[in-house]
Order: sequence, then structure tokens, then C-alpha cells
Amino acid sequence: MTIVELSPFSMLVPLIAAAVCALLPGRLLPWLLAFAAAVASAVIAAITLPAAMDAPLSYAFGNWEPPIGIEYRIDAANAFVALLVSGIAALILPWAKTSVDHEVPERQGPFYALFLLALAGLIGITLTGDAFNVFVFLEISSLATYALIAHGSDRRALLAAFRYLIMGTVGATFLLIGIGFLYMMTGTLNMADLAQRLPELRDTATVRVALAFIIVGTGLKLALLPLHLWLPNAYTYAPSFISVFLAATATKVALYVLLRFTFTVFSPEYSFIALPLAAVLMALAVAGMVIGSWIAIYQTNIKRMLAYSSVAQVGYMVLGVSLVSVTGLTAALLHMFNHALMKAALFMALGVVAYRVGSVRIEAFRGLGKQMPWTLTAFALAGVSLIGLPPTAGFISKWYLISAAVESGNIWLVALIVITSMMALIYIWRVVETAWFQQPAEDAAAVTEAPLRLLIPVWVLVAANFWFGIDTRLSVGAATAAAEALMSGIPGGTP
Amino acid sequence: MEWLGYFNYWIVIALMMIGFYGVIARGNMVKKILGLNVFQTSVFILFISAGKIIGGSTPILREGVTAYSNPLPHVLILTAIVVGVATVAVGLALAVRIREAYGTIEDDHIAEREAAEEKRESESA
Repeated sequence: MTIVELSPFSMLVPLIAAAVCALLPGRLLPWLLAFAAAVASAVIAAITLPAAMDAPLSYAFGNWEPPIGIEYRIDAANAFVALLVSGIAALILPWAKTSVDHEVPERQGPFYALFLLALAGLIGITLTGDAFNVFVFLEISSLATYALIAHGSDRRALLAAFRYLIMGTVGATFLLIGIGFLYMMTGTLNMADLAQRLPELRDTATVRVALAFIIVGTGLKLALLPLHLWLPNAYTYAPSFISVFLAATATKVALYVLLRFTFTVFSPEYSFIALPLAAVLMALAVAGMVIGSWIAIYQTNIKRMLAYSSVAQVGYMVLGVSLVSVTGLTAALLHMFNHALMKAALFMALGVVAYRVGSVRIEAFRGLGKQMPWTLTAFALAGVSLIGLPPTAGFISKWYLISAAVESGNIWLVALIVITSMMALIYIWRVVETAWFQQPAEDAAAVTEAPLRLLIPVWVLVAANFWFGIDTRLSVGAATAAAEALMSGIPGGTP
Repeated sequence: MEWLGYFNYWIVIALMMIGFYGVIARGNMVKKILGLNVFQTSVFILFISAGKIIGGSTPILREGVTAYSNPLPHVLILTAIVVGVATVAVGLALAVRIREAYGTIEDDHIAEREAAEEKRESESA
């Protein structure tokens, strides 16, 4: 079996495992299968990445030749994102066992089946080279996500899931309308084919409207301000494990879809130079950075604080995109990778607090630094990465973002990045200050440190934050290759 | 009478706006889901319209026919209909669970209870 034939199994293994998983009884077997599937998916993605960086891989599904059949076209950009998604899933599942047993005690077979469906959907979106297939996988992952969010123990989880369902479906339908317009104009759904046929139609209103629909549709999934309203409650009330998974992967894949359509399908010359998309994205990104960080400072629920921080971090990524340069794109992709690491670590540390204390409100953190030193130290160190201090991964991506801003001549953006990082310092410091410098409430029950099976995975991710802050060969190398592949227009083509 | 030639597209726009209005303006969650469904259906009609070829026959290969309708949009929409049905099913299932948890599926009533809940939480802290 060659690497090309192996590559689609990164999506197929979780998809098939999901069907089996739904039937498994008990608590151990479904988790074991989910873990095995996620590890297999990550290993396949890891094997695919080096091959895809050399030359793009093309796999014709069911042996129907593209552009008629569905093609999986894997270049440096999507191999990188697929590895990120499956790798995060494999890393957080060992942690998930204890947390899920605590928060979703019953019917775990269907729960893990939904998780695998969401995973398969997200990987499918990244690997496919067919525009309609993107919509189908987007809906597979979204529907699974709505059901997963509704598993939260608070009844407000149901409302969060319902509101996300309404907004998410409107977003996905917008994407479908955009793809429909493209199909009407070109008669093809294959992305590489679309990229070839669109230039001669670039001045038609239909193509412009198609781009607008696709941007709004993906913007909803990306939680780009002002389309972020579904995100804070969805992250706050979902089970801890699902918050970790969504925060680390879902918005990243939406960003990838945005990049794939604006850069590959519509060339960057069209999306950003012929149309004023760069200015629009920059304005929304800056608004997201400032408003997201600002609201985060005032949150009393720490999970919601991190959710608003995610809105701000999406702003950083989109800012990198809106600069339309190789450095800017590298910064966006790098921040996508690093943000997945830091938010996973932060939400996992919060999950441990929820497991031990039962609340993630700021009052519950009083004096927790002495009672759960390992958990809170992990939270603080991951917070350092979120703020972007050396030697963490967060510093590397902010450094690239600042370089890209300087390169484009927008010095005011540098000041803005520094200011919003200071705001991150404020909201992380609030938690640290409460945990170490305030006395626990008189009537608070004594809390002990969490078991090792929860702590070790958290610390693995914290260590990853520092590892990728020092040894940047994998992250910067892959992000640069991915940025160059995207800037060249046709996937994997030469610039 | 040229505008009549675009009859199906006018229908698409009308349905899309009716559905979208339902999603935004209605407080009842079941009505929201129905609005969403109408909104999605309008997109299905848009796709199907694109597959029609004037004078084209059904896309079955046979003698004496040279022009066929494009079958691909039909196939795509078959998939999209399945997605739409699944979305409605998940949405209604959530509405049932919300009814069990809150005793109502009216957005306004739930918003009141939610605000009260938030207030209680911050007071107890």
C-alpha cells in the first residue's frame, strides 16, 4: 500500500470506528476503540505529512477519475491541519477517560461514537479536494458537535447546542449557496478545476456573490467577530472533554476552509486585490482581538473567559491571513497550531479543576494554588504561552505575526498585538492571583490534588507548549511549506 | 413577461427570505426549526433549477434523445436533503430535551429563567 492509498484512511478509520463504537456496551470498550482510532488516524496523518510536503498527493475515491469523481488532494497545508486535528484527538483521549466518566457517566458508546464522527468530519474537510464534499463533511462534524455539546451536565448546555445548531446550519447553508453558484458558473466542483476555470469568469456578479456567501458561511464556523455569538456558551456548557476538543480543532478547520477557498479556489489576486476582502478581514480581526480580550477580562466563569479569549485568538489568525503575504500566512498557520496546543492545555487544566472542585467560577479558585499546585501551575504555564512570552509556542507565533505586520508597513498593528497580549496577561493573572494570593472560603470543602492519570496528559501538553517554543523545526517548517503551497494558488503548484 | 422566465428563482428568493425571517423573528423553537428547513429547501430548488436544460430529457441513456438534463445537481441535493433531515431531527430532539429541562420552548421565557439562574449563581458566590 502506497502513501497515497493510505492517506484517506486518516478520515476513514474514525468514520468506520464510529459505527462500531455506537454499539459497544460499558465504559471501557468505547473509549478504547475511540483511542485506538484516533491514534491510528494521527499515525497515518504523520506518515502523510512528509510525503505531501514533497509533492501533492491525489487520491481518486472509488477509482472515479477527478474531476468527475471525488478527489482527495493533499498538499502541505491540509496534511498539516489533518495532523494537528488527529494528533490533538490522540493526545487528549487518555485524559478524557476519567473526565468523561465523571461528567457523562451513562451511554458512553454513543458519546464516543459522536466524538469519532466529529473527528472524521473535521479530517474529511481538510483532506478533500471537492467543494461539495467540504459541505457534507462540515455537516457531519457539525451535527455530531451539536449533540456532543448537549451532553453537558448543566441544562444551559441544551440551549447552547440549540443556538449553535441554528447559527451553524445557516452558516453551512450559506456555504452551500456559494458552492452552488460556483457550480452553475463553471460546471465543476473539483477545487483544482474551479481554480482553472474561475479566472475567465472573475468579473461576473455571480462569482463575487459566491465568494461573499462562502466567506460569511465559513466566518460563522470560524467564530469571526461578529459571527461569534454561538461560541462562548457552547464552550462553557459542553463537557470538559468536548470543550478541549472543539477549542483545539473546530475553529482551526474553519480557518483552513477559508484559506482554501480564498487562496486556492479564488486566487489571492482575486479575493484580496480585486475585491476589498483583506481590509474587511483585517477590520474584523482587529475588532475580534480587542473586543474578545476585553470581554474575557470581565468574565466570572473561567471557561467562558477562555472562550472569549478564543474569539480574540481567532482574530490573530485572521489578521495573519489579511496581510496576504507568505510571512502573514505562516504566522496564521503557526498560530493555528500553537493556539491548539495552549487552549487544549488550558481547557484540560480547567477540566481537572471541574473534576475536583465541581465549579470553574473564579470564586472556586480561591486558595486552589496551594491545594492543587500541579494543576494550577500547568494552567499558569499554559497561560504564559497564551500571553506569548518566550520561551513558549505562543511567543513564536506572535513573533511571526509582528514580523508580518512590520513587513506590510502597518506599525500600528504591532502596538495592537502588544496591547491585546497585555489584556491576556490581565485575565490570566486574575486566575493566578485568586489561586495563590487569596484565602479559600471558610465553608469550602478541602480539595486534594487530582490523580496522576489526569495530570500527566495536561503536563504533556504544557511541555509541548515549551517544546514548540524552543524547537520550531516541525511547526515553522510545516507552516512555511503550507503557506507557500497556498500562496502559489493551485494546490501544490510552483509559485 | 421576461421575469416569468425566472419564476423558479423568484420562488427561491421568496422561500429563502420567509425561512430566514422565521429563524430570526420567531421565539418558538419548533417554528425556528421549521423556518430553517424552509430556508434550506429554497437552496435545494436553486440547485435543481441549475440542472434543468431547456428541451432536455430525463438523464437516462436511450436512443433518439440528444439533450439530457444535468443529473449531478439532483444527486448533490439528495445528499443535502439527507443532511437537512438530520439537522431537523437533531434540532427537534434538542427542543424536546429543552422542554423537559425548562418546561417551555419559548425563547423569551427561557431567557428570563436563564437570567435568573445567572443572578442566583453570582449571588451565591
